[in-house]
Amino acid sequence: MNEAQKGGKVTKIVLITISVLFVLLMLVLPLISVLANSLKSGLSFYKEALSTVYVSSAFKVTILATVVAVLVNTFFGLVASWLLTKYTFKGKQVLATLIDIPFSISPVIAGLAFIMTFGRMGWAAPIIDSINEALGTDIKIVFALPGVCLATIFVTFPFVSRELIPVLNAQGKDEEEAAALMGAKGFTIFKKITFPHIKWALLYGIILCTARALGEFGAVNALSKTRGETFTLPLEIDALYLAGSADSITASFAVSSLLVIIAIIVLIFRNIFEHGSKEKEEQHKSAH
Amino acid sequence: MRKGKRVIPGFGLTFGITIAMLSILILIPLASVLVYAFRLSPKEFWETVTTPAVLYAFGTSILCSLIAAIINSVFGVILAWVLVRYNFPGKRILDGLIELPFALPTAVAGITLSKMYSTTGEIGEPLSKLGIRISYTHIGLTIALIFIGIPFVVRAIQPVLEKLDSQYEEASFILGGNRRQTFFKVILPELRPSLITGFGLAFARGIGEYGSVIYISGNSQKEHTQVVSYVIMQKLNYMDYSGATSIALILLIVSFLLLLLINIVQVKQSRRTNNV
Repeated sequence: MNEAQKGGKVTKIVLITISVLFVLLMLVLPLISVLANSLKSGLSFYKEALSTVYVSSAFKVTILATVVAVLVNTFFGLVASWLLTKYTFKGKQVLATLIDIPFSISPVIAGLAFIMTFGRMGWAAPIIDSINEALGTDIKIVFALPGVCLATIFVTFPFVSRELIPVLNAQGKDEEEAAALMGAKGFTIFKKITFPHIKWALLYGIILCTARALGEFGAVNALSKTRGETFTLPLEIDALYLAGSADSITASFAVSSLLVIIAIIVLIFRNIFEHGSKEKEEQHKSAH
Repeated sequence: MRKGKRVIPGFGLTFGITIAMLSILILIPLASVLVYAFRLSPKEFWETVTTPAVLYAFGTSILCSLIAAIINSVFGVILAWVLVRYNFPGKRILDGLIELPFALPTAVAGITLSKMYSTTGEIGEPLSKLGIRISYTHIGLTIALIFIGIPFVVRAIQPVLEKLDSQYEEASFILGGNRRQTFFKVILPELRPSLITGFGLAFARGIGEYGSVIYISGNSQKEHTQVVSYVIMQKLNYMDYSGATSIALILLIVSFLLLLLINIVQVKQSRRTNNV
C-alpha cells in the first residue's frame, strides 16, 4: 500500500466517524430522548396520558385536517405536475416557483395570511357573513376547523407535486404523444401510460404530505385557539408542555411519541422506496 | 409541427385547475397580507419594525440561522461525501436518518431539544456542571436550527456529488495534486452551486422557523432570544394585526430574496451542466 492510499484510508475513517457522531448526537439522541421521556412514569401513565378527552379530540381534528390536506394536495399535485412536465408554455418556471412558496415562508405567516383574509379584519369576512345570512348557517373559518384545514393545506401544498415532477421529467412525453396521436383521450392517457410510471413517487409524496400535515404547528397555532375543540396533536403537545408540571411534561412526550413513531415509519418507507428505485435504475442501465 | 401546437390533450383544463387552486389556497391569502401591509401608514409601519424588540428579533433570527447554516454547510459536505464515496455497514440507515428533521413534527423536535439541553437533561446536565448553559440561550437556538437545516444541505449536494465525473480527480492526481488540493481546487468548485442552494434553503428555513425553536430559545426579550416568528405570533395573540403584518412583510421580503437567489443559482447550474 502506498502513502496516498494509506492517507486515504485514515481520511475515510475520520470522516465516517465524524458523520456517525454528528448523526448520533444531533438526530438519534433526540429521538431516543422522546421515547425515554414518554415512558418515564411507567406504561400505565403513558396509556392514561393518551386517553384524555383533550388528546382524543386533538387526534380527531388532526386526522380530519390531514385527510383534507392530503386529498386536496394529491389532486393538485397530479394536475400541476402533469401541466409542468407535459406541456411547454410561457411562465412555466415562474409557476413552478410560485407553487414552492409554502416551502420557504414561515408557517406563522401562513396562519396570518388566513386571518387577514377571513378574520375580522379580512376582506373575505363580509362574504362569509352574507353567505351565512342567506343560508342561515354559521360557518366560521378562522379559529375553527375550516381554518385549521386551510392552514394544513397551505404548508403541505407542494409536497406531492414536488415528488412527481422529477419522475415525470425523467420519463419524458414521447409515450403520451404517441398515444394522443393514435387518438387516446386525456384521461385514458393518464391512466394507462402516465400513472404506472408515477405510482411509487405518488405514494411517497402522499406519505410525506401526511407526515408533514400531522405535525404542522406554527400555521395551525395562529388559527386555532380552543383546546379540546380545534386543537391538533402538536397544539396539544404544546399545551401540555407549557403547563409545566412534571406530569404534564411527561404526558406531552407521550403524545409526541405517537408522532415520532409515524416519523420513523415514513423514514423506513422512504429508505425502501429510494433503494428500490435506484436498483431499478441500475437494471435499466445494464439492460442497455 | 407548428410551434405552440400541443399534441397531448388537457392543457386548458390542467392549466385552469392549477392556477385556480394556487390562487385560492396560496396567492390570494398571501396577497391579503401584502394589501393590508401597504394600507398602513409609512410612519406606523416604520415605528413597528424599528422598535428594539423587533430589531433584536430580526438580529437573533438572522444571526443564529446564518451560524447554523454555516455549520450545516461544513457537516453537510462531510455527510454527503461519506454517503456518496464510501461503503460501510449501516450506510443506508445513516442515509435514512438524515431526513428525520423533515419527518419529525417541529413541536416535537422543539420540546425534546429543549428538555435534552436543559440543566436537567441528558446533555444539558453534564454541561451545566462545567458552567455552560444551552437551553434558553442563543446556543440552544442555534442547535435547534442546525437540527432543522441539515437535510437541506446534504440533499442538495448528494446528487451533484454522485454525478461528478471522477476523471477530474484523476487528472488532478496525475498532474501532481495532493488530496487536499484536489478537494479544495477541483471538487469544491464543482459543488459550489449546490452548496449555495443548500445553504440558502437551510438559511431561509431557519429565519422563518417557529415550532422547533420557541421552546429552547426561552423567548426572553431581555436576553434577546426571541425569534421573528415568535414576535409575529405574540402580536397576533394580542390582536395587534398591523404590527404582525408589518413584521411579516419584512420577513416575506427576506424569504423572497433568498428564494430568488437560490433560483438564479439553480438556473446557472443547469445551464452549465447542459453545456457540458
